[in-house]
Amino acid sequence: MTTDVLNDQDSHESEHHDDHKMTGIKRWLYTTNHKDIGTLYLWFSFIMFLIGGALAMVIRAELFQPGLQIVEPDFFNQLTTMHGLIMVFGAIMPAFVGFANWMIPMMIGAPDMALPRMNNWSFWILPFAFAILLSSFFLEGGAPNFGWTFYAPLSTTYSNGSTAFFVFAIHIMGASSIMGAINIVVTIMNMRAPGMTYMKMPLFVWTFFITAYLLIAVMPILAGVVTMLLTDTYFGTSFFDAAGGGDPVLFQHIFWFFGHPEVYIMILPAFGIVSTIIPAFSRKPLFGYSSMVYATSSIALLSFIVWAHHMFTTGMPLFGELFFMYCTMLIAVPTGVKVFNWVATMWRGSLTFETPMMFSIAFVILFTIGGFSGLMLALTPVDFQYHDTYFVVAHFHYVLVTGSLFSIFAGAYYWLPKWTGHMYNETLGKWHFWCSLISVNLLFFPMHFLGLAGMPRRIPDYALQFADFNKWVSIGGFAFGLSQLIFLVVVIKCIRGGEKAPAKPWDGAEGLEWTVASPAPYHTFSTPPKID
Amino acid sequence: MTTKEYETYYVPAQSHWPIVGAVALFLIAYGSGNYVSDHFGNNPTDDGYGGFLLIAGLGLIIYMLFGWFSNVINESMSGKYSHQLDNSFRQGMSWFIFSEVMFFAAFFGALFYVRVFAVPWLDGAGNNVMTGEVLWPDFTAAWPLLTTPDGTETTAMGWFGLPLLNTILLLTSSVTAHFAHVALEQNKRLQLKVWLGLTILLGSAFLGFQVLEYAHGYSEEMQLYLTSGVYGNTFYLLTGFHGMHVTLGTVMLIVMFFRIWKGHFTPENHFAFQAASWYWHFVDVVWVMLFVFVYIL
Ligand code: HEM
Ligand SMILES: [Cu+2]
Repeated sequence: MTTDVLNDQDSHESEHHDDHKMTGIKRWLYTTNHKDIGTLYLWFSFIMFLIGGALAMVIRAELFQPGLQIVEPDFFNQLTTMHGLIMVFGAIMPAFVGFANWMIPMMIGAPDMALPRMNNWSFWILPFAFAILLSSFFLEGGAPNFGWTFYAPLSTTYSNGSTAFFVFAIHIMGASSIMGAINIVVTIMNMRAPGMTYMKMPLFVWTFFITAYLLIAVMPILAGVVTMLLTDTYFGTSFFDAAGGGDPVLFQHIFWFFGHPEVYIMILPAFGIVSTIIPAFSRKPLFGYSSMVYATSSIALLSFIVWAHHMFTTGMPLFGELFFMYCTMLIAVPTGVKVFNWVATMWRGSLTFETPMMFSIAFVILFTIGGFSGLMLALTPVDFQYHDTYFVVAHFHYVLVTGSLFSIFAGAYYWLPKWTGHMYNETLGKWHFWCSLISVNLLFFPMHFLGLAGMPRRIPDYALQFADFNKWVSIGGFAFGLSQLIFLVVVIKCIRGGEKAPAKPWDGAEGLEWTVASPAPYHTFSTPPKID
Repeated sequence: MTTKEYETYYVPAQSHWPIVGAVALFLIAYGSGNYVSDHFGNNPTDDGYGGFLLIAGLGLIIYMLFGWFSNVINESMSGKYSHQLDNSFRQGMSWFIFSEVMFFAAFFGALFYVRVFAVPWLDGAGNNVMTGEVLWPDFTAAWPLLTTPDGTETTAMGWFGLPLLNTILLLTSSVTAHFAHVALEQNKRLQLKVWLGLTILLGSAFLGFQVLEYAHGYSEEMQLYLTSGVYGNTFYLLTGFHGMHVTLGTVMLIVMFFRIWKGHFTPENHFAFQAASWYWHFVDVVWVMLFVFVYIL
């Protein structure tokens, strides 16, 4: 893609707009600027990541050896529940929305997001939603303890009294997500610079586009299911209670109709990020751009008809078991296309291995491992053995941590120079990478074996034969947690100073964001660039 | 983009309304959480401040909507908005309505699932013979489910009478809303006011009759309660959420009525009116679905 940007873009921008920028706390509370809001999202997500991580450290400390050492079983359940909720809804999703905010307007040559005030609202709901969720730790019965999947009847009949707070926190969090997603869709549909047709959009933009559709489609389903949960728990309905003609399995159907698209909401943007970074450091265009677009779309469509692969052991009719098994296996095809394309992009490229590239390569390999374990879980008869064991825990941590989270790291390193105007410290970045890579595998790989050997998930104590692996897993966990502090240091150092970054610090990088100065001026593309 | 000449896209400077809205939602959510836990939880109490927080939040959000929308209206009236921005609003509203459709889809999904699977299974259908035999030997599957497995009894709300009347009212109101739109596009202001006023009346009548219908359901004679098993659950949640949407739609139309009274909107430029009427058609379509699947079938 060749771009012909008005040369005076930068000087032009800074003359006109600096008056808009308030200082102090008001700047952040009242801002309508996509870059400010992106920054807010990214910091929020990082703080949530640290809180969720702290909970995980306690979990791993408890599991370091057999027996009950540190926490009560009930509190252990609260920890796993809150860890999952915080990481999914507080860390991974907002991080991607942060990327969307920062990068999409710059990549499509738009002056800002389409609905800037609503953008601010979407963000500021989140801290409040999580304040409510976290405050439930101080309730009499404690925080939600029914798992991040909040299955009925654990969350209804057997609720510890936190269900109402949980439900309403999810409601406003969902409202935030829906508004954020609408903003992304409208921005992409309506704000592209003249000449940027859909098939000229960077793949990054495509993946966020499709993700936003998924969000608009399934977040309301989540709102619906938590509403039924609320009325079942407090107002005497029996949607999920056989005594009144309902069915607890109905809960699982509705939840996973949301839940499976939700996991793709957390991985499609990751695909977009690595599809941006791998070509840049291979100094070759992305292999098979249009096949990437179609693969992403078909993954998104298929994600609506595979939900019951989470429910193979609930006694579905045989036809259901088979249908959902085959549909799930079908997803492996477009996913395979993607992995193939990433590898083909690197093939015979002139590769260099800066930190973003390292994280991206690790992503390709380790996400694929997660995909393979997913495929194993998709085989109905086999899943009867693996379901609710540590094998599932291993699977989703490979796709979410070494998948989504690694892509977030990769993207952060890649665009930090654009965001801050400084190069990050490459040595520290490499330290972060290698420490994370080694510890994350020590943390999650043995979980496969634990699961295959039958260790159930979500328990505070375990049989003696699992002791050795668990010790190593916990050590890996602590090491991984500590490694993330390196990242914090890198980011803070990069914000405060460092080598001055040129407009385009990566020689192989493509895209409009590299045509503006680093750091990107407060307002970019008030007049759209022309794309040929 | 089709426009030849570039119009500047209006990016508002700072605004304090969103954060007011976020605080309002916080008060609503936290207040509701408290209120529901205190009054309907395991140890019900009458003290607690949840209700106050909830009311404060609702007040705040109304204040926010007023302030935010008057900002937008002023900007729009002073000609700050480009054609492209108008498009953003339109697309935003369309996707919002789509998300509402998905919200109802969750409840319709639950309805279909219990009707097609859950209830028959409780009576031993499919490979669930033992479920019926062992757990609920006296249960017979039927829809509407008038006797639940645990023996709660109720009666079904027929489709004739009030529901049919309401269907006619709402369908008519969709037509009058459309006429109002046509009148606006032809700049016939008087007709516009009449048709829109009529739409509002029809919508309000619908709501009034729905209250009557609920009163009838809750009477000694019918004993159709929210707690009357999964038939009552789906009935009240589906019609209740629909009713809440009709209420919201009516409020929107009333606001539009006042704006038209004040001389707002032109044949070319009337996004807000259009959004309200789209919303109105949407609640209408949902009602038709309800009428078919909740009442008739
Ligand atoms: C190759 C594609 C994938 C396949 C075939 C697949 C398949 C599965 C299956 C069958 C399960 C259910 C296992 C069980 O509970 O017994 C599962 C669980 C899970 N998967 Fe995947 N998966 C894939 C990709 C992903 C991705 C990309 C993500 C997220 C980024 C993801 C996140 C999860 C999560 C979070 C769970 C566990 C949910 C829970 O019970 O808590 N999966 N996967
Ligand atoms: Cu899934």
